[in-house]
Parts: sequence; C-alpha cells; structure tokens
Amino acid sequence: MSAFITIKDLLVQRNGRDTLEIEALEVARGETLTVVGPNGAGKSTLLLALARLLKPVRGEIIYDGKSLLQMNELEYRRRISFVFQAPLLMDMTVEQNIGLGLKFRGASKEETRERVGKWIKQLGIESLSKRRAGQLSGGEAQRVSLARAFVLEPELLLLDEPFAALDPPTHARLLEDLSNILKQDHRTAVFVTHNLKEAAELSHRIAVIVGGRLRQVGTVRQIKAHPSDEAVEAFLQELPQSG
Amino acid sequence: MSEIFQITILSIQVSAIATVISLLIGLPFGTWLALGNFRGRSFILSIINTGMALPPVVVGLVVAIMLWRSGPLGDLRLIYTPAAIIIAQTVIAAPVVTGLTAAALEALDPRLQQQLLGLGASRGQMVWYLWREARLPLLAALMAGFGSVISEVGASMMVGGNIRGQTRVLTTAIVLETSKGEFGQALALSTLLLVLTYLINLALTWIQQRGQRR
Repeated sequence: MSAFITIKDLLVQRNGRDTLEIEALEVARGETLTVVGPNGAGKSTLLLALARLLKPVRGEIIYDGKSLLQMNELEYRRRISFVFQAPLLMDMTVEQNIGLGLKFRGASKEETRERVGKWIKQLGIESLSKRRAGQLSGGEAQRVSLARAFVLEPELLLLDEPFAALDPPTHARLLEDLSNILKQDHRTAVFVTHNLKEAAELSHRIAVIVGGRLRQVGTVRQIKAHPSDEAVEAFLQELPQSG
Repeated sequence: MSEIFQITILSIQVSAIATVISLLIGLPFGTWLALGNFRGRSFILSIINTGMALPPVVVGLVVAIMLWRSGPLGDLRLIYTPAAIIIAQTVIAAPVVTGLTAAALEALDPRLQQQLLGLGASRGQMVWYLWREARLPLLAALMAGFGSVISEVGASMMVGGNIRGQTRVLTTAIVLETSKGEFGQALALSTLLLVLTYLINLALTWIQQRGQRR
C-alpha cells in the first residue's frame, strides 16, 4: 500500500486557536478514508487543510510525493474536488452547476456536455437537468453537488458530511450510490462524518479525531474493540447503539 | 425646446459617466472589502458607510476648493465644466456603490467562496461567480448610485456653475427657474426629471426581474 497522501506533524489553527493536530496519517491511492469524531472536533479543518483552503502553521502534507506548499495552488486545487455539507449550488441550472468545475478548467463545450451527461445519468438526475438549483429538494441538490464533484474525475475527493442534513431514506439511497461509485472508480477519497455506521459502509479504515487531535486509525472493529484512549472510548459510547 | 433637450442630454451624460466611474471604483473596492480579511477592514467599512450619506453640498464645496483656479488642481482648468460635475458626482456615488457592493457580497453564504475554490476556480473566476450570484443586489447598488447623482443639485451647482449651454443640468435649471418665480417652467423640468429617472430605473428593474426569473 503506497501512500498517496502523507501528513506529518500537522498543526492547523483557526482564529488563532489550535484546531487540529495530527502526528502522522497516511492515505493510500484508491482508498476511502473516513474521518469520524464529535462536532467541532477538527474533521472539517482536516479537509480544508487537504484542499489548501487553510494553511497549516506547522508540519506538512505530502501529496503524490510532493509537499503541498511547494505545488502551485491552483494546479493542485484542480486535481481535487470538494463536496460540502450544504450543496452550495449556484443560481443556475443543474446542468450548468455540474459543468462549473469543467468550465473553470477551460474544458470544451462538447467535452463538458459529454461528461456532465454521463454523471447526470450515473446519479439518476436526468429529469432535473434543466431545472434551476433553487427548485430542488435537499436530496436532489446534494445529488447535483456530488455529480459536480465527480464530473471532474478528481485524483482526490474530499467530502464533508454531505448527507448530514438529509432525511433518512434519502440519506440511505445517496450513501449506497456514493459507496458504489467509490468502489467502481477506485478514487481516493477522504469522507468526514460523525456517523460510524456510514463510516463502516464506505470504508475500511477510519480515523478518529476528538478534541482537535487525531487519536486512532483502524477498522471499525479494531477501534471498537481497542479504543486508543478515553476520549475515543467516550466518543464511541456517545454514539447511538445501532452506529 | 432645444435648450431643454440639451440640458436633459447633458444631465444623463454627466450622471451616467459618474455612475460608470463609480462602478469601476466601487465594484472592485467593495469586493475587496467584503472578501478581505485584514486589519482596519471594519474601520474602512464605517468610513464608506458614512460616505454613503455624504451631503452633496459638502462634496461640492471640497471639489470646488480643489478645482478652484488657485486650488491644488486649479491648473487643470476644470471648474465650471461638465468634467467638474462628473468628478463631484463620482465622489457622491462611489461610496454608495462601494458600500452596497460590499453588503451584497457579504450577504452571500461565506462557504460559497470555499466551494468555488474547491471546484478549481482561480481567484478571478471565484470573484466573477460571486458577482454573478449577487447580480440582483449589485444592480440595485448601480441603481442607487445613479439615483444619488441624477437627483443632486448642490454639488452640480457649486462646481458646474449652472452656465447656460455648458453646465446647466436639469436639477440646477429647476433651482434657477424657481428662483425666478417661473414655477410653470420649473414644474415642467421637474416632471421631465422624474420621468427620466423613472424610465432609467424601469429599464434596470426590468433587467433585475429578468435575472430573478432566469
């Protein structure tokens, strides 16, 4: 398992406060790593740092053999894609929204149409393609948001609790779709959630962040059987028993 | 009649040019204020917000002092020219456009910036799409900027001098006719100014509403 991303001795601050500390973490090429932890633990901070939207005050992130800070910021951001908890669609049609990242990259109209069409079909939103973003339900909007990220066929996909605000049936359907796509595609992804069941369905390895520190990395079973410290144990106990 | 036509055209020209210059200043400056994260930002915003309520006569006075023959910019020989009115009106409209641009962009979801960057937008592309997203309030900023100058009289009078055939605009002509007791003429010019302002705002509102339906 070769490391695609290596994080070493990372410290990230937000508003002058230490929000995330990671001594060491590796993500393999093609792996889906799920990051779990309570609200405010620093999970989203990790994604923002990985996307170079937050600059660490210490340590480094090595991406595909190169330090992130030595890479051209825009070129790097165009190799990855980010899905937020809120769909954050632009006031335009579904098709235009999905094609936005391709437009940023200067893709031709034909290529955009072809790739957008493929992902609209893949996510089952053909009937919505001409609708404006404001006319969509929460679940529909999040499907569009996923399509908008997948259409870029990024090397690294960062997903920040994309299903947290959805009703349970929609949540389950989208999770299944995402899980299938990630398995088919062998795309490297870092998925943030506070739902352990979701984490187990999507990935083998789970990283637990509590109180701004990466506490443990392992399978759900390993972590449940041998929590590394009291903070992890307390987090596991707070979760619903079905989780 | 031809004189009224000339006055009307000059009014539109002067205020339109001042509004466009204000947009060229206010759009980037307001964007920088809204998206920037730097010391003194709140202070600058408070100055801009104060500037939005600048009394036109005060602006007229300061611009007149600057452009006066013996003033620091006197060599430019701009006092009592349409250019002087454009300068004064720009000073009035630029803070309005800047302040409302900043407010329009600050009203957007702050995560939208990160989302656009996360989709691979360059800084320029991000700003363009934020403007696009806030296009309706930005158009309102433009309308407010134009409204603030087409209707002002103090600054135009002081720096333009209300010279017949040269710097007389609708508002200064109304003041003159009223002072002469020519109320009929003043009312006719006022009606013309109102209709003109209404038509220009109607056109901008139409563009705005079309944007909302799209």
